This record gives sequence, structure tokens and C-alpha cells, in this order.
Amino acid sequence: MVKKGRFGIYGGQYVPETLMSALLGLEEAYGAIQNDPQFAHDLAAFHSEYAGRPTPLTFCRNASRELGCRLYLKREDLVHGGSHKLNNTLGQALLARQMGKKRLIAETGAGQHGVATAIAGAALGLPVEVYMGETDTQRQALNVFRMQLMGAKVIPVRSGTRTLKDAINEALRDWVANVRDTHYLIGSVVGPHPYPQMVRDFQAVIGRETKKQVMKKEGRLPDTIVACVGGGSNAIGIFYPFLSDDVELVGVEAAGKGIGTGEHSATLCAGDAGVLHGALSYLLQDAYGQVLPTHSIAAGLDYPGVGPEHAMLKDARRVTYDAVRDREVLDAFMFLSRMEGIIPALESAHAVAYVMKNADRFDKDDVVIINLSGRGDKDVAEVAKIQGCA
Amino acid sequence: MGRIDDVFLQRDSTAFIGFTVGGDPDQETSGRIARALIDAGTDILELGVPFSDPVADGPTIQRADERALAAGTTPDIVFAIVRELRSYSGIPVVLLTYYNTIFKRGVDRFYRDARDAGVDGILIADLPVEESDEVTAIAARYGIDPIFLVAQTTSDERIKKIADRASGYLYLVSVLGVTGVRSQVSKGAIDLLNRVRKHTCLPLALGFGISTPDHVRACNHAGADAVIVGSAIVNIVEKTKHDPEFMVQELKKYISAMKTAGHT
Repeated sequence: MVKKGRFGIYGGQYVPETLMSALLGLEEAYGAIQNDPQFAHDLAAFHSEYAGRPTPLTFCRNASRELGCRLYLKREDLVHGGSHKLNNTLGQALLARQMGKKRLIAETGAGQHGVATAIAGAALGLPVEVYMGETDTQRQALNVFRMQLMGAKVIPVRSGTRTLKDAINEALRDWVANVRDTHYLIGSVVGPHPYPQMVRDFQAVIGRETKKQVMKKEGRLPDTIVACVGGGSNAIGIFYPFLSDDVELVGVEAAGKGIGTGEHSATLCAGDAGVLHGALSYLLQDAYGQVLPTHSIAAGLDYPGVGPEHAMLKDARRVTYDAVRDREVLDAFMFLSRMEGIIPALESAHAVAYVMKNADRFDKDDVVIINLSGRGDKDVAEVAKIQGCA
Repeated sequence: MGRIDDVFLQRDSTAFIGFTVGGDPDQETSGRIARALIDAGTDILELGVPFSDPVADGPTIQRADERALAAGTTPDIVFAIVRELRSYSGIPVVLLTYYNTIFKRGVDRFYRDARDAGVDGILIADLPVEESDEVTAIAARYGIDPIFLVAQTTSDERIKKIADRASGYLYLVSVLGVTGVRSQVSKGAIDLLNRVRKHTCLPLALGFGISTPDHVRACNHAGADAVIVGSAIVNIVEKTKHDPEFMVQELKKYISAMKTAGHT
């Protein structure tokens, strides 16, 4: 790292002055728990007794035969709440409690991070308020109700494009006003330092488990690991422990209706350097630096920014970033459901679609791991509507 | 000595800093609004360069940014508004924006263009002092005052660091929160003023939430060198945007009352 809180040239702390003391405090508190055995013990206990970790690494018998490789899924869909998001929210909620914060706020797109924050808040006795773009509250009504069932308050955001980006803006505004007693629980490896590093560390449990499991099952490291990238937390979580290994890493973004149409969320594939939500990273923006509206069939990927560490890994060519279209994602959603009896989240289906599209590249002995970051129950109604079944 | 310094030389009243978003509701009307503010006795004009994601701003200024962007406002248009004002008045002009607007254009080019247009100072709402090395060096090259925010949550140590870097004035954020009209000037704001005063001789301007003559009197009594009024002005613009004549009258009436309060 060149400078504090930087990944190469990316990252930093581009926030209004009012938040600086909170970020410095968070940085310090996070530094302190990194070597605190009690914290590690508490978090590990929540993982095993509450969240359902470790999650399995499932060999896909049928899909492997169909695609001509040895395909495994890292089953983050089986984490309590239905996605990898709880790994991070439990970690941050424990930290917030230790810092004496009385309230958690969060943003959510698809609702998975909001649900995971509601779970962590309920488990640790902290009140939760979740900002969610009004458009997303309509697309993901079921998740709104789930959050409310667990005692969280959901605040629909009516500014800007009324999606994830604006939910983050509104959460930041709340934090500026309530910074003394509130912890802002960011859901991805985005935002100002120390969030990208802290969220990565809480998600790296995915990659650490995967490494042990694949060594046990295959006696060697995998050839390729594939994960979807919106903000990039599940991807960095599985990639991070493999960064110094001879393993191909692929991040898959949302090409939406096609990158040429402008209706996509493929920040790393089609964006350039810019500052949004506190960090310098890649950004989808116009010639004057105004942030562009985005589109994806997966609300959780519908975001114009991306974590700064991914920006560095792209420039360094350590990770390959590609993008798949909504249509290919729907095919992958169907394929995995039918082949393996596992319905993937539309976000995770992007990674499946990449492997299907690139099946020719793999030999039958190649070990390919997909991070199945979430389950698809939340998407079933939307897919039925698109397929004309409902 | 820059034009901003001149404003604070031998003052016996609280200076009035008026904010409006460049290009709100359109380029031409925005120029008229700026001239109305100047005619009514504004001492320093703050002009917002609109940004799609203004996280330090409340709903009033967000809507103004949206109006300005919908009207096609770019930094070039804001520079054009400043150039036009320069043939009208020698009042100091400070641009307020977010870092991506500057970064995308190229920091050097943005400051050079700003200097050429006649800008005196630039405040970047999401650029804390720790990230400001390049910007302050370039600002110095073009003789533009780097204006910084100080908040109630800013530690004494950081106040010193900020005061070392800043010139022109310090912008004291009088509330915990985003921009927008508030009912009164908080005790926290006055405490902040007294705390910052111990560390610097720079002029201190209180902003965020200030909207009534009573607020101005409170700031004056507390020893503020200036008050900054944004959302209250933008509110007038929003309500009267279909009748620019009436808008100009309302703005002048409002600012005169605020100016008078600054003399007590």
C-alpha cells in the first residue's frame, strides 16, 4: 500500500468534514480488534452457532458433465439470511457495539444487505434503519417485509435515480447528522477508508474456507475462481486469500442490456477513474464527472461504482473482469436451478453465466469454483414476470 | 492580498456570503440571481457547481443541482457565468463543488479555467485536508484561496492542520448535518466558533442552517466574521422560478433584511 487507506492510487477518504472524526475513530477501533482474541472468538461463535458457517463447497455433478470441467459452488446462499452479506454485518455490528454506538444505519439495493443488517441488529440488540431506493422497495417488496419483521425500519429514498446509489447518499446524510451515536454499516467494499479494507477482511472468511475445502477435495488449488461484482464484496472475499497463488480470478459485472446500449452496470469494463461515495475508483460517469444511471436485472449489481481494491487489481491485471448480459443471466438462473436444484440469486447467476459462456476454455479436469453469493428465492417472482409465467 | 481578504479588512459588521447554484434554474436566470445578490449588498458570492450526488447537501440544494443539470449546466457554463459577472462587479466569487467535478476535468485545468474566469476561492465539500495536497498546491499556483470546512466534530489537532492550509476564510459548519434551513443557531455552533478562534486569525464564517435576521444577530454577537446563507436563497429561487422579476425583488428584500441584522 502506497499511502494509508489506498490500493495503489485508489481508495482514500473523500467525505464531508463532519464525518472525518467518525472515520478516524472507526479506523482506530478496527485496528484494535484485529489483534483482539476476544473479538475473533465472538465472531467465530456467531459464524458457527448462528450464521451456519463454514458453508459447503458443493461439487456440481450434472453441471460439470454439461460444461466439461470440475465445477464447484461455494455455498454462501446457505448463510443465514440467504447471502454472504451476514459475514460483514455481524462483524461490523459487533464492532459498533464495542465502540458504544447505539444505532445502525445501512443502505440496500436488492435488500440482501438490509436483511443481513436487520438480522445482525436483532441478534445484537441494536436498532436498525435501512435506506432503500423507492424503485428497489417496489422491485424487492418481500425483502422490505423481511426487514420489518426483524424490527428494522425501512426508509424509501426518493432522491436522484431512487436506487442503490441514492440510498448510499441518503445514509451518508443521516450519518453526517447523527455521527456521534450511529454506526454506518456499509454493505460492500466501497466507501471511504477503512470500509473497503474492513469489509474485505470480514468477507475473506469465504476464501479461507474455500482454500481448505478445495485442498481437501481435490488435493490442489483450483484453476479458476469466478464471482459476480457489483460493489465487489463477495468477489474480494473469495479472491483475497488466493491473490498470491497461481489461480485465475474472474470478476463478472452486469452488462445489462449490452454495454453498447448504455443500460448496464459494468463499472470496471466500461468506466474510468472517478470519486464517488468517499473513494477514488472506477466509475460510470459522463465527460463532466456526473454519475450515470445504471441498469441490471440484478438490483444488487445496479451500482455505478466499484470497490477501490478491484480497481487496483484490474490495473495490475491480477483479476480479469468481464461482463454478461441480462439474457445470459436468466439462462444461467434456469440452468443451475434445473441441473443442480439450486436457485441462484440473479447477482450470483452472473458468475454462472460467465462459466457457461466460456465453457470451451476449460478442460474436463480443470477445477472451477463459482462463489454462489446468494440464493434466488428473492428473485423468483421477478423472473416469473419476465418469463411471462405470472 | 486577494479580493476575499479585502472584504474582511477593518470590518465593523458581519459579512454576508450568499450562495446560489450556478445554472439554477438556467444559465441566464442564474446570472440575474447573482446580480440581484450583488445589488442587495452580498459581500462574497458562493456559486455551486452542480453535481449529481451532493452528499453534504439537503433536499433544497439537491433539487437546485438537479434543476441546473437538467438545464445542461456544466463547469464551462458556471465559468461563463463568473466571466459575465466580472464585467459587472469586483465582488469575490467562491466556487463550491464536489471533488469528482474537479478530478474529471483535471485539477490543474479546473483551477486554471477558474482563475481565467475570475474565481477567487474554491471549496470542495468532500475533500478533507488529508486528501488536499495536490489541490492546495495547484490553488496556490493560480492564486485561488482554498476554502475548507470545519465541523463540530473536528478535533483541535485537525483544526490547526486545516487552518495552516486554508486561506480566505474558514467555513464553519454550524450544525451536525447537511445543508438546509434550521430554526435556530445552535449552542454547538457558538462553541465551535470560540474553539476555532483559539487556533487561527483567519476570518470565520458560519454556514449551514442560517436563514433569518435573528440567526445573523446571534452570529454577530458571537463574533462571527461572516454568515453564509444558501438554502434560504435557493428556496426563494425555487418558489419564484417562473417569475424572474418577482424573484429578483424577493431576493433583494430578503438580503437587505439579513444585511441590516449583521450591523447590529
